[in-house]
Amino acid sequence: MSEPLLEVRDLKKHFAVGHSMFGKAQGWVKAVDGISFTINSGETLGLVGESGCGKTTTAKLVLAAEEASAGAIEFEGRNLANLRGKELTDYRRKVQVVFQDPYSSLSPRMRVGNIIAEPIEAHEHASRHDVRARVERLLELVGLRPDMARLFPHEFSGGQRQRLAIARALSTNARLIVLDEPVSALDVSIRAHIIGLLEEIQERLRVSYLFIAHDLAAVSHLSQQTAVMYLGKIVEVADSLELTVTPLHPYTKALFAASLPSHPDEPRAEIVLTGEVPSALDPPQGCHFHPRCPFVMPRCSEQEPDLVELSPGHRVACHLYP
Amino acid sequence: MPPLLRVTDLRTYYFGFRGTRVVKAVDGVSFTLEAGETFGLVGESGSGKTTTCYSIVRLIPPSARIVSGSIELEGEDLLAKTQPQMREIRGRRIATILQDPMASLDPLFSIGDQVAEPAYYHQALRGSKLRQRVKELLAAVRIPSPESRMKNFPHQMSGGMRQRIVGAIAQAGGPQIIVADEPTTNLDVTIQLQYLNLLKDLQRATGVALIFVTHNLGIVAKMCDKVAVMYAGKIVEMQSVRGLFYNPKHPYTRALLDAIPKLGTREPLYVIPGQPPDLSDPPTGCTFHPRCRHVMERCRTEEPCEQHMGDGISVRCWLPIREASRE
Repeated sequence: MSEPLLEVRDLKKHFAVGHSMFGKAQGWVKAVDGISFTINSGETLGLVGESGCGKTTTAKLVLAAEEASAGAIEFEGRNLANLRGKELTDYRRKVQVVFQDPYSSLSPRMRVGNIIAEPIEAHEHASRHDVRARVERLLELVGLRPDMARLFPHEFSGGQRQRLAIARALSTNARLIVLDEPVSALDVSIRAHIIGLLEEIQERLRVSYLFIAHDLAAVSHLSQQTAVMYLGKIVEVADSLELTVTPLHPYTKALFAASLPSHPDEPRAEIVLTGEVPSALDPPQGCHFHPRCPFVMPRCSEQEPDLVELSPGHRVACHLYP
Repeated sequence: MPPLLRVTDLRTYYFGFRGTRVVKAVDGVSFTLEAGETFGLVGESGSGKTTTCYSIVRLIPPSARIVSGSIELEGEDLLAKTQPQMREIRGRRIATILQDPMASLDPLFSIGDQVAEPAYYHQALRGSKLRQRVKELLAAVRIPSPESRMKNFPHQMSGGMRQRIVGAIAQAGGPQIIVADEPTTNLDVTIQLQYLNLLKDLQRATGVALIFVTHNLGIVAKMCDKVAVMYAGKIVEMQSVRGLFYNPKHPYTRALLDAIPKLGTREPLYVIPGQPPDLSDPPTGCTFHPRCRHVMERCRTEEPCEQHMGDGISVRCWLPIREASRE
């Protein structure tokens, strides 16, 4: 059993909107509203949900790019909110990120070698010789040639750029990498390359991932655990394979029904959701999902369901389940 | 009776400065489309699927030229038409839905005006009849309270709604063919499912034929009757959607199917080695041979021609031919 690397407890992030002249907020967007999860070292947690559900805000909170409104993020047993100065820098060294669009996340004016070397130079006093050797090793690790360090990003294809972004994230021996939709912008054949590479790197370096995506198949392929988010809350968490076999929450079922079939005769539970995700500024009362839920009961609009554990590791927030 | 649309040996090339560099984006594409059919055009970026679509409606950029081939709509040659004549066809007989709904709607005109435009020009509707038609079209794409929504502007709507508006515009001229170029890439999964179901319902109601351009094989499985797989400007395999998924003939199709993650398994994905070829300097012989699992000596030098194998199956590969001769 591996020990927890990152523990998130009742994390909240509320943004104030519509300030009046004297800075009084007119309303609050509860982008992340009380979520908890754990990532063990060497394992992957997948986070799925539609746009506006708070996935990216969660990523920013974990990356210490935003400060939480409430709740705690514990990394290697220490609370992120209490880290200052050198300790915070060290946290940022250990928690790295790979973004969705490899075209905008690499500086077009820097040589690839410098892009990968920059985090090393920022965090360590390594000699130039050491840095160069490490950059070459990293390039080899992600399946590129060491002599490519002299090139500029525009000389690479989309898949190769995503490899560079992964090499940069690994350059400071990160323990946790936040992957924010790392394969959505890539072609089918390139996607398989990157997923394979991420798996291989995890096996070799025992690094953990927080994998954020909307493609359920890719998430369940790469992650041990999957959490489903809807309007700032986690509605279901389970082992990824178990979730694909027995999704419990109606929203999870709808997501699986909406994920496209892998062949024309695949049997499908047809749960077609009506309407769109409501505004986070004015979320529905009770269960946030009830206006779109096909199994809605009177209770759902009054009382918010808690996330309860139904079987070991499988937790769901829905009144359908006792 | 000629088919609704027949594309024969279409070649569209991009020409660089003074013709120094020629990119063969579409290089000998042939297919037919019958009324009411859904035809899927699958391929990765740079395979020429979008250029094929733009060639059909004659909206290719100035650097591109249709070098040879023919495009016939009910027997009429579209390549012989002038641009003013094409304007009579676009919207009225062939409509297009593009990938980005924000870019294909004009931010300065109301939704009502934009949906009305094709009906105004192509069906000569005016006044209250035109307004009635716009209301019907918006209701058909399930825009709630169309009467008041007509006065809205694109920025007041969500992404899914905007894409439905684009669908309404495509329907407005009463076309026989709708060319949909990756219409759901920017949408969330549940919204994507709504939109695909909507397109199917519209198709059932109006009998319009769809050309569906996508890189997503899941969409193909859900939507299409017939599929063509494009690679490096050529259709490498064409057959019915079931045939493609259960009995793929071309190694590229097989590789694509093996490369997508499937729900409920964690088997390693097949990785297609290498990169798609540079179309200004494509490999000799079969363009897929440097990445193929089953490459033979012949593939490196000799380009396979299109083989028709019956049941509407055609494939550009030496392998099925060798297998057939063994039997």
